Amino acid sequence: MSTEMQSESFENSHVLDPAATADSQETINKEINDIHAAYRKSVEDGGAEETQPRIDFAPYRSSLLRHPTKDLHHTDPETIELWSPAFGHRDVHALEADLTIQHNGEPLGERIVVQGKVLDGDGRPVRNQLVEIWQANAAGRYVHKRDQHPAPIDPNFTGVGRCITGDDGSYRFTTIKPAPYPWKNHHNAWRPAHIHFSLFGTDFTQRMITQMYFPGDPLFSLDPIYQSITDQKARDRLVATYDHSITSHEWNTGYNWDIVLTGSNRTWMEDEDAE
Amino acid sequence: MTEATTKLVATPGQTIGPFYGYALPFEKGHELVHRAHPGSIRLHGVVSDGHGEPIPDSMLEIWQADEHGKISRKDGSLVRDDHTFTGWGRVAVDNVGHYTFTTVNPGPTEEGKAPFILLTVFARGLLNRLFTRIYLPEDTEALANDPLLSSLPEDRRRTLIATREENGDLRFDIRLQGNNETVFLSYPGA
Repeated sequence: MSTEMQSESFENSHVLDPAATADSQETINKEINDIHAAYRKSVEDGGAEETQPRIDFAPYRSSLLRHPTKDLHHTDPETIELWSPAFGHRDVHALEADLTIQHNGEPLGERIVVQGKVLDGDGRPVRNQLVEIWQANAAGRYVHKRDQHPAPIDPNFTGVGRCITGDDGSYRFTTIKPAPYPWKNHHNAWRPAHIHFSLFGTDFTQRMITQMYFPGDPLFSLDPIYQSITDQKARDRLVATYDHSITSHEWNTGYNWDIVLTGSNRTWMEDEDAE
Repeated sequence: MTEATTKLVATPGQTIGPFYGYALPFEKGHELVHRAHPGSIRLHGVVSDGHGEPIPDSMLEIWQADEHGKISRKDGSLVRDDHTFTGWGRVAVDNVGHYTFTTVNPGPTEEGKAPFILLTVFARGLLNRLFTRIYLPEDTEALANDPLLSSLPEDRRRTLIATREENGDLRFDIRLQGNNETVFLSYPGA
């Protein structure tokens, strides 16, 4: 490593987290397994099932100093919290949903279509809302100056897409299947392949960012970010389903993934729902 | 009207991670109004961690009413024509954890209500987004009657009230952990 890179690593926590250590995968696995075993015991004893990640999850070392230690304060949503910003086709061009046509040539890798619906907690489609995605390329490299993984950048792939949901809450992206990539949480740490999703609902309290994973990834059990969700059923909700009806002849393979936002707290007017 | 009876379990959130830079920030994302807009203010502050160190890779979003307390239903946030007030902004903090929005003071959405700006925090290391409110400091009577603020002890309550600086700017620091940890919110159905 050059002196220049060392000094950058030292000064920028993007590159090397001060909390990162040389812990082994076995150490991380044991911490994850202990937390999960305690959770399963608590559910067996009548405790509530968890549906969201823990924000205090020590196996993910960067979370140590970045989570509130006090309980979230429960409040009833008021005024602005019952509405969300509006987005539309003024904001997003239809072609932005195809990540394979943003440059002069075809990106390398397995061409996939990922589609599904965005629903609220009552099963209502979230219509005309913004969905944003970003991801690594087929070699596991992000277009980002802080990503120093020595895998090739693909000049034909930026890995960024946007779309506006349809009247039935549907979204559809054409992209390239991302590869796993190494990170610095512990020694020999690798993230399972994933696509980041950013979502808006009808209420701003439904705002969320998450990651979609691919079925059967061998890295699932080793990944402290995925395993920060202690409940298996909840973890499964982040895994897309291979769907041969989305696969198209001699062109792409296909995955389906539906996203459910938290409940809307607004009093729904008839015209909003039936429009 | 469609019958919405199915209760579905929400999809889990995950961290924004470090590599959102090409995807989420956009040109003038932090300018809800142009700097020349009458009554424009700077809303700024620092995001810090449990050691009080600035977090250099978090991303913030705000959502607010306009100066008259009206909630915008207009699209076009991502194209920022400098004329349309959409009420929503997004900014990535700088290398020293500092953020700046250019916006207006929100008016009360109902008479006597304490005006606030809704804030959402995302960061690498933060496994799910956090919500909080930025209250304007001026209307002390409305603040005293606010249901959320009055449910908090004084040392927690003050983490939600912005400071007005001499030039009219609003200062609001966000502490994810530790002394003076910001109050973060949860809502029904979450």
